[in-house]
Amino acid sequence: MSVHTPHPDLPPPTLSVGVLGWLRSNLFSSPLHTLLSLFAIYLIYLTVPPIINWVFVDSTWVGDTREACSATTGACWVFVKVRMNQFMYGFFPESEYWRINLAFGLLILLAIPLFIKKFNHKGKLALFILLVYPFVIFVLFSGGYFGLVPVETSKWGGLSLTLILAGVGIAASLPLGIVLALGRRSKMPIVKSVSVVFIEFWRGVPLITVLFMSSVMLPLFLPEGTNFDKLLRAMIGIALFQSAYMAEVVRGGLAAIPKGQYEAGEALGLSYWQSMGLIILPQALKLVIPGIVNTFIALFKDTTLVLIIGLFDLLAIIQQAFADPDWLGFSIEGYVFAASIFWIFCFGMSRYSMALEKKLHTGHAR
Amino acid sequence: MADEHRKVPELAKPALWRRPAVRSLFFQILLVAGIGFFGYTIFQNTLHNMEQRGISTGFGFLDNEAGFGILMTLIPFDETYTYGRTFLVGLLNTLLVASLGIFFATIIGFIMGVARLSRNWIISRLATIYIEVFRNIPLLLQIMFWYFAVLRPLPGPRQSLILNDTFYLSNRGLYMPSPVFGEGFWMVMVGLAVAIVASILVIRWARKRQEATGEQFHSIYASIGLVIGLPMLIFLLAGSPLSWDFPVLQRFNMAGGMVIIPELAALLVALSIYTGAFIAEAVRSGILAVSHGQTEAAHALGLRPASTLRLVIIPQALRVIIPQLTSQYLNLTKNSSLATAIGYPDLVAVFAGTTLNQTGQAVEVIAMTMAVYLAISLTISLFMNWYNKRIQLVER
Repeated sequence: MSVHTPHPDLPPPTLSVGVLGWLRSNLFSSPLHTLLSLFAIYLIYLTVPPIINWVFVDSTWVGDTREACSATTGACWVFVKVRMNQFMYGFFPESEYWRINLAFGLLILLAIPLFIKKFNHKGKLALFILLVYPFVIFVLFSGGYFGLVPVETSKWGGLSLTLILAGVGIAASLPLGIVLALGRRSKMPIVKSVSVVFIEFWRGVPLITVLFMSSVMLPLFLPEGTNFDKLLRAMIGIALFQSAYMAEVVRGGLAAIPKGQYEAGEALGLSYWQSMGLIILPQALKLVIPGIVNTFIALFKDTTLVLIIGLFDLLAIIQQAFADPDWLGFSIEGYVFAASIFWIFCFGMSRYSMALEKKLHTGHAR
Repeated sequence: MADEHRKVPELAKPALWRRPAVRSLFFQILLVAGIGFFGYTIFQNTLHNMEQRGISTGFGFLDNEAGFGILMTLIPFDETYTYGRTFLVGLLNTLLVASLGIFFATIIGFIMGVARLSRNWIISRLATIYIEVFRNIPLLLQIMFWYFAVLRPLPGPRQSLILNDTFYLSNRGLYMPSPVFGEGFWMVMVGLAVAIVASILVIRWARKRQEATGEQFHSIYASIGLVIGLPMLIFLLAGSPLSWDFPVLQRFNMAGGMVIIPELAALLVALSIYTGAFIAEAVRSGILAVSHGQTEAAHALGLRPASTLRLVIIPQALRVIIPQLTSQYLNLTKNSSLATAIGYPDLVAVFAGTTLNQTGQAVEVIAMTMAVYLAISLTISLFMNWYNKRIQLVER
């Protein structure tokens, strides 16, 4: 009787493992997919090398004048480099740049503890940033106090203006949106209908018309002689507009909270505001973090629209730089630069929201 | 026992200001009073301010002569027409760019959404890159990029890029042949209408027959044949009553043909690509929302992959996709107002821009513009809600 000795396992067919196997299952699984892959590779071959050449290989980085770029076929980053200060600070006087740097540096310093796990006063710090910090930034930017030279808002511009518009929009639209969402779900008929009309009105019109309204109509609404800053008017328009979108996001979160949670609040004898603030809103807001961040991203992109009413945000100031007779014909470089800045901010925000969502996922995940 | 229950002493009534009904009434009255006061102040201020600045009120200005030309009009227009007419011209241009944009964005979005889920690694990566890049760059920047950096620097008409002697691309726009309908072309249109009605009847008949007997009839092929074949036949019989007006290069400009002006082209490209990225995400989420069990069940029942997709997956995915699609259509329509940044004569540009500047009647002009967008928004969402209700899942 022979003893059965099992044959050692054969390795899998070479075509289904390793690089070949990966290629076969991911790129060439069928004739159609083969065709698609080859087409895609051809497309990449057509577009990517020229773009890389233009951005990195053939581009010019050194020099201070237009002549530095005369010999190259690639991008002329000198243009961006020369204008960098203006793109960042607008027409702010150069001697006062430190105030903007200080303002944003302070913000970063204040925000760092929010990312430290062991820091226990995150809520208080966040409230401080939302409520007190705006005044700090206002004083630093406009001056006039503590011996700082006053700088008119018409001189603000560039990336710092974009960030200010977005920051004010966020800080104002979140609380306003929450109030509107609560109003829309209220049992009081008048409160409810006022909120519905408000939300639907702002969501039904384009932001441009809102900005037009705030620039041409707002002065008519105010008592004679009140001079309202153009930037402030734009900020009011943006905040009202975004709060309507924010309200709908928050409403979605409120609707997702089971009725038992509301009843539990009532059973404990909590007042409306107590049960909202301690039970409902924290859960609802956590549920809709992705929606809130999406609204922030939309708001950040929408700040570019202020160029239409003559404010110089990042895009507007880059657009204006194209008109400089010394630097005609470098619009692509400018747009690519602006696009990458906006892209980094927006993409970063969306990734941060994903991380936050994952971290806060406590109960509702299945 | 029962008696004792009845004798429970009544709870002390809460003070008047603690009763929920009283409170809610109080707050609502306060709100109404606040809004009323706010509205009244604004109204008074506006009246006073307008009087001070000598601005007239009312919509009488709509009958005045406009006195400016418009770059592109779908209906006849020149300087002698009224401000009312400029409103109409702008409105039509807005509707044109919005409907074309919705058409292209939907196509791009569906292709890219499906591509992002493709098993093909390279295709799905390309779709991801497309979505992540264009979603995160402001639309206004994209519009300006296409207009100022791509289309404006194109060569003039004399050096235009020529394709086949029919298409001319230059900084004046894309010129192409326009159709000239000859005598008797109406018969072709009648034939098309008849064919469409006939194929609807065929489809109905086929469905009835399948329900009654189980026999299938390929009504798709029949109706395609009808819709294409019948008009074609009439067209040939009537002696081909259609000719093309080709664009011709003249000394300074092009003559004849149709033109897509660069303003429209830039706006259209940017709107379609930008909104397409959002629609792609909606499509992806819709398809992912259909559980894989549905596919397996369909296969287990013996449905072929194409039928599975058509009868099982897509109807369920659409339920998730349609509401998101609706808001993207609304966004696209509202975003078309960015036209004003590059000078495409849409409603905002010609009416809230030029007309307002010339007449100074800010309140009326802005109110009319906003009313138009509100009406468009409400119409689209009403239609989409109706459609959504039709296809929605009916539970028990």
